[in-house]
Formats: sequence, structure tokens, C-alpha cells
Amino acid sequence: MTDRIIPPTTYYNVFAALIALTLLTVGVSFIDLGAMHTVVGLAIAIVKSLLVVLFFMHLLYSSNRSRLAIGAGLFWLGILLALTLADYFTRHWWAY
Amino acid sequence: MPVSPAATAHQFDNLEQQREAATFGMWVFLATEILIFGALFAGYSAYRAWYSHHFEAASSKLNILIGGINTVVLLTSSLTMALSVHYAHIGRQRALVWCLVLTALLGTLFMVFKAIEYYTDYLDNLMPPVAFDPAEWRSLPSPADPGRVQLFLVFYYVMTGLHAVHLTVGIGIMVWLIVRANAGRFGPERYHPVEVAGLYWHFVDVVWIFLLPLLYLIGTHSLSDLHF
Repeated sequence: MTDRIIPPTTYYNVFAALIALTLLTVGVSFIDLGAMHTVVGLAIAIVKSLLVVLFFMHLLYSSNRSRLAIGAGLFWLGILLALTLADYFTRHWWAY
Repeated sequence: MPVSPAATAHQFDNLEQQREAATFGMWVFLATEILIFGALFAGYSAYRAWYSHHFEAASSKLNILIGGINTVVLLTSSLTMALSVHYAHIGRQRALVWCLVLTALLGTLFMVFKAIEYYTDYLDNLMPPVAFDPAEWRSLPSPADPGRVQLFLVFYYVMTGLHAVHLTVGIGIMVWLIVRANAGRFGPERYHPVEVAGLYWHFVDVVWIFLLPLLYLIGTHSLSDLHF
């Protein structure tokens, strides 16, 4: 949170990048990448969400308190994913 | 922009503290929202890893045309939301109201497209149990288990459905903001309600940014599948 006024040009540039990345990620879905589809799709999604969070949600300009909240959310998401998937990915009685 | 006499609520020392408290509260709420969607993403990931082939086969049948258009619609609504916060901040009331109206309309347009998409899913036999043909999946060149295909589709409906519920709440908040903005309740002294609603709106956008690749893009699409 800040009193700083961000020029709309910043938002337009971020928006242009988001649209370009969307066209890219949809475009590559027509190329047979096999298992790499998920990797490419997630990599582009992470870049896009960083753009939204840093610029549209002002995390780049916000206080450490706000960063702490979002960091805590991501930290617990990490625990949730890591422990759940560590279980599912290491079972010897594969379900399929 | 007239400064509201009660710009600072009595429990706050000053405007800065009030804004800080409001945005911090929204970030804490969003942290819990990450975990709500996170549980679905975790479940999805486990089964996506176990049943990769079946998930990819089903994913490549989803309507990528409407999914892609909707992504652009939602990203555009995030732009108008960011501009709303900007215009509230610099006190341009007319521009603020119009950007909020655009945001609400784009959110509604997303919902209309989503409804059309669910209908095309129904026509494409992608809606178990009402419209689903197990034989279609068994007869693929590389056969997929219909039960595991259905599991993917359940994730698809629950995740896009929960996202749609969030977006509906967001549109409701926009309508409330439009009424307040039209009455001149926001300005450089007091724009945190717009900022906080914006954080929520952008978060819903971020969820969709991850739903797009995980639901629509894990398989290879064919250009001949593009249809409304």
C-alpha cells in the first residue's frame, strides 16, 4: 500500500505483456509437446501471475506487512502441496 | 473532489494507517483463499500425475477457443480494475465510475462465455453423468479409462465452478462500488475500498491464470477442434 501514483502507461504495458503471454501459451497447445505442455503452461502462468501481483496488486510498492501475508499464504500452500504430493508420489501400490 | 468529513474511521489515527489496515486485512483473507484453491490444485496434481494420459486426453477436448477468449476478457477486466484504483486515487470520479462499470461488464461477459462453454461441453459429451459416452474414450487410438476421464471433468467443473462463484461475488462488489463511486464517496483521501476490492478482483484473475494451463493446456489441441 502506498500513496505513490503509478502512471497508467505501466498498467497498459503489463496488460500488453499479459495478452502476449496468453496468446503464446494457447498457441503452443497446438504443438505436440507431450509432457512439456504442463511445464511450459505453468512457467507462463507463473510469469503472468507475477505481473498481476507485482503491478496490478501493487505488491512491488506495498508494505512488508502485506508481503508477509502473501508470503505466509504461499508458505502454507507449499506445505499443503509438498506433504500431499510427497505421499501420493511415493506410494508403492500405484493405483493404476 | 470534496473530502468526506469522516474520511478516517474513529479507530484509526490517520488515513495512512486506515488504508494499511484495510489492504493488510484483504491480503490475509487472500492468503486463506490461496489455501481453498490450493487444496483443489493439490488434489488435481496428485491425480494428474497418476492418470496423466487420461487427463491429457480429456484436457485436449475442452473448448480452448472460449477458454482463451475468456482469459483475454478477464485480463482486460483486471486492467480496467487497476485503472479504477488509479482514477479513485487521483480523484477523477467520472473515469472511476466508467472503469468500474467496464470491470463489472467484463466480469459478466466472462460468466456469459462460461455458460456458453458449459453448454458446448454438454453438446460435446463432456458432462458426466448427463452427457458422457464411455465408448468414445475406450475407442481412442490410445484408449483412456472413462472413469479417469470423468475424474478430470469433475476437477474441471469444481475448479471453474468455485472460480465462477468468486467472480460472481466480485461482480456484486463492483455494483456496490459503482453506486458509492457515483455518489462521490471515493477520492484521493479515501480510495481504499476500491483498492481492496481490486486486490480481490486481481486474485480471482490469478486463479484463472493457473486454471487455464492446468485444465485446458495439458494436452495437444487440434485446430479443427476450434468451435463455439
